[in-house]
Amino acid sequence: MSRIELKHIDKFYGDNHVLRDINLVIEDGDFMTLLGPSGCGKTTTLRVVSGLEKPQNGVMTIDGVEMINADLAYYAEPSKRGLNLVFQSYALWPHMTVRENIAFGLKIQKLPKAEIEKRLHDSLRMMRIEEYIDRYPNELSGGQQQRVAIARAVASNPKLLLLDEPLSNLDARLRIDMRSELQRIHRELGTTIIYVTHDQVEALTMSTKIALFKKGELSQVASPMELYMNPIDLEAADFIGNPRINFLEGTAVLQNQELHVRSELGEHVFSADDMTDEPIPEGEFPCVVAIRPEQVQIFEEDGPGRLPVTVYANQPAGSETLVSLQAGKSDFLSKQIGLAHYEINQKVFVQIPPEKINIYDAKSTRLIKRAR
Amino acid sequence: MKRKNVKRPFSKTRLKNQILNVVKNPFNMIVAVSMVILFCLIVIPLLQMIASTFTAAKGEIKRIGGNVGDFTLYYWKYLLVGKLAGATLWGPLKNSLVVGVFTVLVSVPLGSVLGWLVVRSDLPGKKLIGMLVVIPYMIPSWCKALSWLAVFRNKTSGSLGFLAGMGIPIPDWLAYGPVAIVLCMSLHYYAFSYIHVSSALRSINSELEEMGEICGANKVQILKSITLPLVLPSILSAVVMTLSKAIGTYGVAANLGSRIGYFTLATKMKTFINGGPQGVGFAMSLVLISLAALIIFSNQKLIGVRKSYATIGGKGGRSNEMHLGKAKAPLMAFLVLFLFFAMVAPMFVLVMETFQVTTGNGYALSNLTLYNWIGAVDEAERYISYPGIFRNPEFGKAVWNTIRLTFIGSIITALCGQFLGYISTRGRGKWYGSTTEQLVFIPYLMSGVAFSSMYVAMFSQPRLGGLIPSLYGTFTLIVLTSVVKHFPFASRSGTANMMQIAVELEEAADINGANFWQRMGKIVLPLAKNGFISGFMLTFISIAKELDLIIIMMDKHTQTMSYLAFTYSQEGLNQMADAISVCVLLFILVCYIIANRFGADIGKAW
Repeated sequence: MSRIELKHIDKFYGDNHVLRDINLVIEDGDFMTLLGPSGCGKTTTLRVVSGLEKPQNGVMTIDGVEMINADLAYYAEPSKRGLNLVFQSYALWPHMTVRENIAFGLKIQKLPKAEIEKRLHDSLRMMRIEEYIDRYPNELSGGQQQRVAIARAVASNPKLLLLDEPLSNLDARLRIDMRSELQRIHRELGTTIIYVTHDQVEALTMSTKIALFKKGELSQVASPMELYMNPIDLEAADFIGNPRINFLEGTAVLQNQELHVRSELGEHVFSADDMTDEPIPEGEFPCVVAIRPEQVQIFEEDGPGRLPVTVYANQPAGSETLVSLQAGKSDFLSKQIGLAHYEINQKVFVQIPPEKINIYDAKSTRLIKRAR
Repeated sequence: MKRKNVKRPFSKTRLKNQILNVVKNPFNMIVAVSMVILFCLIVIPLLQMIASTFTAAKGEIKRIGGNVGDFTLYYWKYLLVGKLAGATLWGPLKNSLVVGVFTVLVSVPLGSVLGWLVVRSDLPGKKLIGMLVVIPYMIPSWCKALSWLAVFRNKTSGSLGFLAGMGIPIPDWLAYGPVAIVLCMSLHYYAFSYIHVSSALRSINSELEEMGEICGANKVQILKSITLPLVLPSILSAVVMTLSKAIGTYGVAANLGSRIGYFTLATKMKTFINGGPQGVGFAMSLVLISLAALIIFSNQKLIGVRKSYATIGGKGGRSNEMHLGKAKAPLMAFLVLFLFFAMVAPMFVLVMETFQVTTGNGYALSNLTLYNWIGAVDEAERYISYPGIFRNPEFGKAVWNTIRLTFIGSIITALCGQFLGYISTRGRGKWYGSTTEQLVFIPYLMSGVAFSSMYVAMFSQPRLGGLIPSLYGTFTLIVLTSVVKHFPFASRSGTANMMQIAVELEEAADINGANFWQRMGKIVLPLAKNGFISGFMLTFISIAKELDLIIIMMDKHTQTMSYLAFTYSQEGLNQMADAISVCVLLFILVCYIIANRFGADIGKAW
């Protein structure tokens, strides 16, 4: 249980500026996911928190205790920070059995024997791998090794658990199992967790908060739903969500505190309540209208607020159907639940709830109108 | 983005923390200590040797004038422009280059073809052949020279060899000199090409070749335009290794050349270092070092970019055999002949000669004796002042010295190798990692004789104000020389070993609270154990074979078997020299077999 605060963290490798002024607060009990494409600095941030990397600038506190103070060249040792780390490669010691792997850190802390046994068995039970206690890592499958690695990390009762892409070496089915497993652990232990991944589904399903990284900078910190509904810029919007969000070109102008937007989807007027704090350009300016595919509903008949469009392609996939549509010169995608069938070139009508639309300034790429 | 330099106000706490960060981490201390040691053992001796070629020594003071220790260009002038420069430098230099180039011309094609046959062809019994082919490399090159002499020796050096004894006249040009030296070295150094090419071939996915077949190329076209270009980088680096080794080899050139006054740089250099003026010898050794450095660096420039594809497709590529068809029989015959001439025949002649009364006199019972092995002095059939080697206390001492040197030397070398490997892998991309790698590489540039002459120059007088006493003629100096000379090889095997231990394993222990020594003891060492043992065995074999390196420092008290055999051969006691080489051979083969048991790959030895 702990609250972590990173202030103005900078990390260089040589001249390479890999972390740029990172400011992040992780509240006690959070499941914080660091999300971003590879090479964006998320793993480096995790390693800075763990103490395996020393940043050149910045301060980090855990529960108010200073762990990093680059100005004073002070860096607490990793083992003094009350945390544990699960590596992407698991890093199980191949010459030790599961028992020895888990007991290693406890023995180094010189805990009494009975306590070591208790923690050993507790963590094994929690990860449901008690029967493998005397096996060597290479006698276990990937999923079992993964569980041992987590068991080893939780055995030390860390206040803070760090996970570095722990599911990336598992196959698709095991990954879904482990996702629910990790959520269960988070609930049972109540530990603060920092989780690094490039997989948005992992991030959206497990976290209480997501920190989105872009080229060594933090671009957005929000809850999964907020991040999904209101990505802060075009790049984030494009990164989050599968199938991808629809972008349509349009023009906007601010009149009487209201935003008037014109695009192939028709004309929309948005009230000031839905606007962000981003500066709005003077006069008419190019904007991007963004709408999630699942918000685009298709009807066979016309009705109020519906827009006539043409079916371009139809991709039924069992549980869902993706339909490509054309409105004027713009293409966009609709996601229907279940099987649906449309003829190519069929004329249909779509309804798009205006409150679900995001508007971005095309020039600054920032979000100017939020979805509700 | 450029890194901005943040100016921080001076603070005592910050300074204290910065110092603590460095001092509290034992890894930093180990790096610092290793740096100092490497500097003392490699850089200082090199500088010292360079300095001594510019400093007047006592022996030459009459000719130079002035005082001992004065700056002088005498030695370099003597070497480069003196009246004898032709005989001192240019002649031997030419000989060295001729011998080196021809050795490359013979050994590289030989080794490459052997490598291709063993890896890629459908030759029967490939596994056995693969094992037999590296055995000639196990035999020290000077042993090969002795067996060459056992076969081809003629009247010029007193006793007859096998062929001359059978009445076949052997001309001097065949028995001694460049031809003999080139052939002997080729039969040794083909192993470099074999090892390089075969491992490169193994790493190439045969799908690349199959694609060529699908495109309609025939076997010769595939070999020429796909296989050969892919292994070219390895062939080139084999060329470089062979060339630099062949130029610096002493044992072969001395055994086969000195008798008819055929000198190479290495043999001439030793005459100067032993007989003076030493400064000239050191200057020659610098010439040798720069030659080797030139060859190696020009190679790196040449293949630097291409090197990258040498391992393409190294991921478990399937390897299909190429059908030799009609060529199978002649190639098989070639292999059998090669193995016969490179291994069986010379070994047979060498072993048999140890039982002969007079060499080259046939194997009639009247000419056979066990005297060379177990005879006492009074049983001698002709005048020999030494008893058979098993009764000769000198031999016993030499055996003891050999075992002592190889064990102590290889344990220290292997340990240092692991540490250096640890530093260079964990310091990869940092200044101390690359500095360590470069420092450790320097001894590789020097031939054995050049390296030991440098050490003699360095340690023949007290250094550091008496902190290091004069080590001249001591066993310690021989061990030290062997250890440092084998640093490049040992640290390479240590690096390979440490690369297998992922950094995360250590970091995981770090997070669990283990300090540096606990990490070393509980994680790194247990995991490095196997690699350590195989590294140790390979160093062991290499030190046991060594003659060139330690020949300058040897005397009656410190001599090893190799050196004793060499002296006996120089004294004309051929049978005894042969008997000792047979013992060395057995010793090495036994070690090789044990090493194989521990999974040591001889392909990693150079």
